[in-house]
Amino acid sequence: MNTIKKQVVIIGGGPGGLAAAVKLKKAGVDDILILEREHELGGILRQCIHDGFGLTRFGETLSGPEYAQRFIDEVEELGIAYKTDTTVIGLTGDKKVTAVSRDGLFEYQADAVILTMGCRERTRGALSIPGERPAGVFTAGVAQTYINLKNKMVGRKVIILGSGDIGMIMARRMTLEGAKVEAVFEIQPYPSGLPRNIEQCLNDYGIPLYLSHTVTKIKGHHRLEAVEVSQVDEKLNPIPGTEKEYECDTLILSVGLIPENELSLMAGVELDPRTKGAIVDEFCQTTVPGIFAAGNVLHVHDLVDFVSLESEKLADAVAKFVKEGLPQAEIGVETAGLVGYTVPQKITGDADVTLSFRPRKPVRDRYVDVYQGETLVTSKKYVKLLPAEMEKIKIPAAKLVPGVNVKVVTRDE
Amino acid sequence: MNRTLTCILCPNGCELEIVYEGTQIQSVSGNKCPKGAGYAEQEIKNPMRNIASSVNLEGGTMPLVSVRLTGPIPKAKIMDVMAEIRKASVKAPVQIGDVVIADVLGLGCDVVATRNVGIK
Repeated sequence: MNTIKKQVVIIGGGPGGLAAAVKLKKAGVDDILILEREHELGGILRQCIHDGFGLTRFGETLSGPEYAQRFIDEVEELGIAYKTDTTVIGLTGDKKVTAVSRDGLFEYQADAVILTMGCRERTRGALSIPGERPAGVFTAGVAQTYINLKNKMVGRKVIILGSGDIGMIMARRMTLEGAKVEAVFEIQPYPSGLPRNIEQCLNDYGIPLYLSHTVTKIKGHHRLEAVEVSQVDEKLNPIPGTEKEYECDTLILSVGLIPENELSLMAGVELDPRTKGAIVDEFCQTTVPGIFAAGNVLHVHDLVDFVSLESEKLADAVAKFVKEGLPQAEIGVETAGLVGYTVPQKITGDADVTLSFRPRKPVRDRYVDVYQGETLVTSKKYVKLLPAEMEKIKIPAAKLVPGVNVKVVTRDE
Repeated sequence: MNRTLTCILCPNGCELEIVYEGTQIQSVSGNKCPKGAGYAEQEIKNPMRNIASSVNLEGGTMPLVSVRLTGPIPKAKIMDVMAEIRKASVKAPVQIGDVVIADVLGLGCDVVATRNVGIK
């Protein structure tokens, strides 16, 4: 097998990979190849037919396919090479990419590799819901594929477990298609999706959302017949005696997304147990030099606009990497209090840097402080902090000194 | 009367506190931008929504093509418009922006395709 040399190989042709490719080409890097396992480019946006995409990036509201097409058109106009129906099956730390398609096996040697594989859904198996194993239990994204891409309705009487955004969007979608969505149950005492989706997908259609509830049994021999739902205590354990049975033919799970990092691990990329994505510096460079990551494979985003913006920032850094190299990031970013994680986890301190983060639980009127040693570097007030919403805080380089870690913490007042 | 609702115009999802009498707004607070006040007024007077769905496609590489409305419609008309969308059918090829139903139910907005689908 011949090894084909490429300056940059991009793994995944969804919103992250497309935005990175376009920006990279515009930054003067010509030898790019996008590898996509599906039949066409666009990633998950192909099935996200609802609108609300693009408000930040384009200043207008688009559906997912329209948002993706804007980038696909640019990829075509700029003549960027891509291969669809091609699955990457191997990645090494020295940036050898092995891919397979109907045309056979390919090996590429890249100067830089961009990881934009996105994420996948948590399934029934990950939750260990007891009961039988009938048909009719779907993750929200799978139901979305059937309905929006395959023209197959998945059920008529629906229960949704988990208040993730895709679950709520599917509650509305199935209602519009004539199904009866009985209720959404969320194990946490707060919703995991965006407030606007609770409003426009549930409240608009009179679909109740029950917090601190979960499905404790699945019933049905061939097709799902009913689920048993229980209230949970503050430790999220079901409370005996609170069981209630709901008749339904469909259970939709919207219980979280996991960055898809099998290839990253193969290459020796170190992951952050909090984000389940790579540990990166402000250039989106992983712990393996020349391997970069952005979008949902790095940390799960709530808005595609931020995936595009992050990938464009990555592309600028990759252009610099292949032309002149990048400086080392030696300042670690630690978290405490209610700050669940930050991306990046390491910074150089050479330039101003914006950290993305999420709180561990919903709170109001909190400050987020950034310290370096005992010095307060910056502080910002947030009227509300929700786990469903990724937030940002900017650290001014002028106030940083080399070699000392920074710490991001929350403060009540 | 008082009402709290989440503005759906953008991902900020501002929590609006509305004080109103009948359909007359007395005050709106909690909005980070002026659009929030307009949204609050619309919600009290006549809530409007945009919807997305799909229509059958003949001879395309996919069995259906996704569509949306070019503007919001009264919330009360959503199911009526869905019934029209369900009846519609188009022939491949389709381009983003192609009008599938013009001026649906006389509500002043079109149902348009939101993806390109080629001929099978």
